[in-house]
Amino acid sequence: MIPELGTFSTILALCLAVILSVVPMVGAYTGNKLWVDYARPLSKGVFFFLSIAMVCLAYAFLTNDFSVVYVANGSNTALPWYFKISAIWGGHEGSLLLWVWIQAVWTLAVAVKSRNLPLDIIGRVLSVMGMITAAFLLFILFTSSPFERFLPGYPMEGADLNPLLQDFGLIVHPPTLYMGYVGLSVAFSFAIAALLSGRLDAAWARWSRPWTNVAWAFLSLGIGLGSWWAYYELGWGGWWFWDPVENASLMPWLVATALIHSLAVTEKRGVFKSWTVLLAISAFCLSLLGTFLVRSGVLTSVHAFATDPERGLFILGMLIFVIGGSLLLYAIRAGSVKSESTFSLSSRESLLLVNNILLTVSCAMVLIGTLYPLVMDALNLGKISVGPPYFNALFVPIMSLMIVFMGIAAVSRWKNTEPSYLVKQLWLPAVLAILAGVISSYAYSGILEFWVTLGLTLAYWIVFSWMRDYWNRARNRDSLWAAVTKQSRSYYGMLLAHLGVAVLVVGVAMVSIFVEHRDARMVAGDQLEFRDYTFIFDGVRKVEGPNYTSDMGRIRVLYKGEPYRIMYPEKRIYTARGMSMTEVALDPGLFRDLYIAMGEELDNGAWAIRLQYKPFVRWLWLGALLMTAGGILSASDKRYRRQNNRAVAAA
Amino acid sequence: MIRAILMLCMLSVVALKSHAGFETYEFSSVEGERRYAQLARELRCPTCQNQNISDSDAPLAADLRRELHRMIESQQTDDQILDFMITRYGDFVHYRPRIAPETYLLWYGPIVLMLIGLGVVLVVAKKRKPRQPAQSASSSTKATPSLSEGLTDDERKRLQSLLQQDDQK
Repeated sequence: MIPELGTFSTILALCLAVILSVVPMVGAYTGNKLWVDYARPLSKGVFFFLSIAMVCLAYAFLTNDFSVVYVANGSNTALPWYFKISAIWGGHEGSLLLWVWIQAVWTLAVAVKSRNLPLDIIGRVLSVMGMITAAFLLFILFTSSPFERFLPGYPMEGADLNPLLQDFGLIVHPPTLYMGYVGLSVAFSFAIAALLSGRLDAAWARWSRPWTNVAWAFLSLGIGLGSWWAYYELGWGGWWFWDPVENASLMPWLVATALIHSLAVTEKRGVFKSWTVLLAISAFCLSLLGTFLVRSGVLTSVHAFATDPERGLFILGMLIFVIGGSLLLYAIRAGSVKSESTFSLSSRESLLLVNNILLTVSCAMVLIGTLYPLVMDALNLGKISVGPPYFNALFVPIMSLMIVFMGIAAVSRWKNTEPSYLVKQLWLPAVLAILAGVISSYAYSGILEFWVTLGLTLAYWIVFSWMRDYWNRARNRDSLWAAVTKQSRSYYGMLLAHLGVAVLVVGVAMVSIFVEHRDARMVAGDQLEFRDYTFIFDGVRKVEGPNYTSDMGRIRVLYKGEPYRIMYPEKRIYTARGMSMTEVALDPGLFRDLYIAMGEELDNGAWAIRLQYKPFVRWLWLGALLMTAGGILSASDKRYRRQNNRAVAAA
Repeated sequence: MIRAILMLCMLSVVALKSHAGFETYEFSSVEGERRYAQLARELRCPTCQNQNISDSDAPLAADLRRELHRMIESQQTDDQILDFMITRYGDFVHYRPRIAPETYLLWYGPIVLMLIGLGVVLVVAKKRKPRQPAQSASSSTKATPSLSEGLTDDERKRLQSLLQQDDQK
């Protein structure tokens, strides 16, 4: 009965979402305050019923209710309870329910947190969010309900969750990534509401900024977690594959990054308004496109679990409606938008425009590269593969260029900045960055490898130019204490996020170039020396896990001849599916990871073992964490709350 | 979700074995080993879902690795090896699409977009240029003076007090 309750509350949530998408919107147009006031309770209602649906699904998993198709396909009695919970989003149907539940969470957050917004704006925003919720709920109910039953004869045992997904990464990665994806719907809804109301002003930018920052922070964290998970779970130590599914999350991130910067210009200077709206629309449309690419099964590379064309058509229809509708609205309304101020070619505005152009071009490049094989195949022009060599060849130069501008923009001023001023401010950071980059690169490896030297120089350039800006702001203060405490949270957030970019760049350059690996055939007693470390293979023993059996290797590691630690890579067979998995053994460190994976058992008790030395690989995720922290810190700036109050006073 | 999906796919197509499939080839030169690693990452396993032959453990990928090792050891150039692979398995096998009329858009599209973007920056900046360049240029390096232009005395006073307020916060 519980799964039926789930279906029932999903239907109720749909009803409320439909009302939410109509009533407050009409109220906003007719000036009927009572109708607009319905927006908040309705948002809470949608959240309430979707939460019940989530709880029902969780209950079905925890009680091993294999009469539910989705549970039978993705769970098993032997599965530990925490994986049963995360199995909710281990497949297509459940992950869509998670998607729409998170949409309800964001809607609720907007309803609760935006007490100070003008009522007609909040009504329109929540209405647009209601429409998105309603569309996804229709999709779930008609094509992919997680509550469907196997009746009358149902299996006594579930097929088990895919072993690759039985991992901490699955517990945290999808919800985080979805928080980011879906969070972009808030910026989208604010943009649509602004277009509808015709009030496309700096206040609108100020309202959307904190929301966009938080969504962007989640997206950064989600992508970072995905990369980290792939690194330790897939068994060969890669951290970014330029796979279409990864690109689907990178594209919204790139546009959202552009959006954050563009919103800043719109708020502070009242220019780029229509461009900012376009970015907000694009960012969310790219999230939807990502969902479409992944869910419809058009990606030949990744035959997603939903190869059902019905689902694909539904999402395609929704995509066309959302993109077409919002662009049409944009075309009608954006023309009347007036900019409020002027700026010259050498100014912060122009530099941020350059940032936006570079980010959108890189996003377009990723889009072209991702869709090109699909289009060529569809047009019968032949099958090609677009992979890492293509993306790296174009993405790396664009991003390097962007980092150069990132440093210049750090010290630039609004409206007009004399080029001579920029030179005066930046010659020292530039010289220091080149010196430090060359010296560090040489000191680390004893050679001057081009990409590493470039990467380190760019990272130092970010750090030094932002230090210069900090110094500019701090030196006019009376004391050091005042200088440190008087800067706003949003400024510190910005510093942190840009520092995150520097850290990420170091990680990418170092691990891409200086990764080393050895594939060895080892029998017990064999040893291998490699980068100051000696690896001694002690053999393999059988280990029983809750739902798997494992061959666990034992490898003693010596550092410069001294015992350092013992590592246990595993090769597991998951009994329910008879599937084998590599559990790598990791020795993480700030400056290097040791990474050991077991391959196949060879003849005479020998094993193929892959040893890797990954310098600075942790810096990739450290960078993502810093960006996340930066995004959240700036969103928490008190000025957003204060100015919301002002907006109310003015309204 | 991304990885989850990626993984699910690989699982169903790649034989139900472990992932990292690798042998232990010996190379007569360090250069050969480097080229092997590079090419094994650029060649796509024809039977798997988006995996290079270095990461895949499908039998065909193992064959290709053996072939690659043999060709490198017999002193063939990268071009010869790639030609051989593409003749046998089609363009699909190489992750770096060759530059041909049908891939011009792929390779040159982003470059054209970049140039358009550069044009946009120049045009926008020109359109938004302040009307009296002489006046604002003189006040540009110091941020504030231009703020009070065109204000009445009253307004200027209010602006001053607001700015001070902001400083105190």
